[in-house]
Amino acid sequence: MGLFGQGVLEAFRLLLAGDPEVWQITWLSLQVSAGATALSLLVGIPLGALLALARFPGRALAVSLVNTGMGLPPVVVGLFVTILLWRNGALGFLELLYTPSAMVAGQFVIAAPIVTGLTLAAVQQVPEAFRLQMLGLGASRAQMLWVLLKEARLPMLAAVMAGFGGVISEGASMVLGGNIRGSTRVLTTATVLETGKGNFDLAIAMSVILLLITFLVNWALSFIQQHRRA
Amino acid sequence: MITRLAAVLWLVLAGLLPSTMGPAAAQSSIVIVSTTTSTQDSGLLDVLVPMFEKQTGLTVKTISVGTGQALALAARGEADVTLAHAPSLEKKYVDEGKMTNRRLVMYNDFIVIGPADDPARIKGLPRALDALKRIAESQSRFVSRGDKSGTHTLELALWKQAGIEPKGAWYIESGQGMGQTLGIANDRRAYALTDRATLLAFQKRVDLPILVEKDRPLLNIYSVMEVNPANGPRVNARGGKAFADFMLAPETQAVIKSFGVDKYGQPLFVPVAGKKDEDL
Repeated sequence: MGLFGQGVLEAFRLLLAGDPEVWQITWLSLQVSAGATALSLLVGIPLGALLALARFPGRALAVSLVNTGMGLPPVVVGLFVTILLWRNGALGFLELLYTPSAMVAGQFVIAAPIVTGLTLAAVQQVPEAFRLQMLGLGASRAQMLWVLLKEARLPMLAAVMAGFGGVISEGASMVLGGNIRGSTRVLTTATVLETGKGNFDLAIAMSVILLLITFLVNWALSFIQQHRRA
Repeated sequence: MITRLAAVLWLVLAGLLPSTMGPAAAQSSIVIVSTTTSTQDSGLLDVLVPMFEKQTGLTVKTISVGTGQALALAARGEADVTLAHAPSLEKKYVDEGKMTNRRLVMYNDFIVIGPADDPARIKGLPRALDALKRIAESQSRFVSRGDKSGTHTLELALWKQAGIEPKGAWYIESGQGMGQTLGIANDRRAYALTDRATLLAFQKRVDLPILVEKDRPLLNIYSVMEVNPANGPRVNARGGKAFADFMLAPETQAVIKSFGVDKYGQPLFVPVAGKKDEDL
């Protein structure tokens, strides 16, 4: 059997055998990326809605910045956030480097623009006439915003998926977390490590688990999205 | 829908963040060890770190990078103690006062490997320098780490001593760790300088034979150094010293002596606590 087949088998063997280290790595990957996605939703949804609805000088620039941010290279984010978090860095007093929190911070920087940009697009695709009509019918601004977000919920689920997919697979965690066994080792860094050690079957197994998780999360979200539509 | 999403978010935040976001507890109990990749990849630190944590109650964070980066991080006060294997580079940092109390921990050796048909005819040469000269003269492919690691530092020193500036299509810089570099050498049927421990760990994948070994300049000496607290505001000098002392303690040295026998049939490192560079 080819190396790839062996790796896939190894992935299922490790998961089913309940290998504690593999489960711990998998669980940490999920925790970190879910945490970062959640934080980026908290920031990105209000910001995206604001950019979609408000008119202010510099708005075009802000929108361009957000759109650029949607494609931030994770290595660059990793480097910059690491320098901020160094003991000698601006945020060094927090002592966050080489902890899961540092990885959450890096992933937040990657996901927040994605969520902001997609929310912006989702809210903007609701026809302006609809908004004016609501205001005309006496809705308050807050009520109008609420209805708008509800109206845009399906495209915004895509924002959640894109945000999560962007961070669970990113490559900034190596420098930010340090790939410390039992503490900051996640699926991506474990894959890099095992490749470096020449354990290609294990590396493939880690990748397969990563793909599996991404698939399951997206499958669940797509289910909600498509189910609601029907 | 949105309210449910908000509830899920709230749960996620409330449930996750205490475990992931908590600030590093009692700061002086954490020791950051910056070290070369071989100590980590060989599995040695996976054995030693839990021993140290159990003995002292301190928590170790191992940052496994190339020796060049390990020392650079330490010089900025981003680590508390460094385990490295590039004596000339280490001495430079000690002379500059960035690192203190350099002590030898263990050694193993570097070897030159290459394709079995040996186009540069270096097999069995006693001196690594002559081997490199022949590789350069015959323009045979050679894969270099090219990453300022301990292995790369030694390789560059050897080229310099041989009076050769390695350049040209035959000289491939991988810019990657030892494992990947061995893989490239294997696929390109090229020569490479490697530490013996990594080659042993890669036996499955690399079938290039050992061509030159046991030359004095090929000794691979690992030392531990403490970070000068003046390098940064948060250096844990006490924890760094505790880890350095631990590496030289008789029980630790005994573990190093037998490490690898079960897996590779031979030890990967020879402990040398108390010795000096000149003794080897």
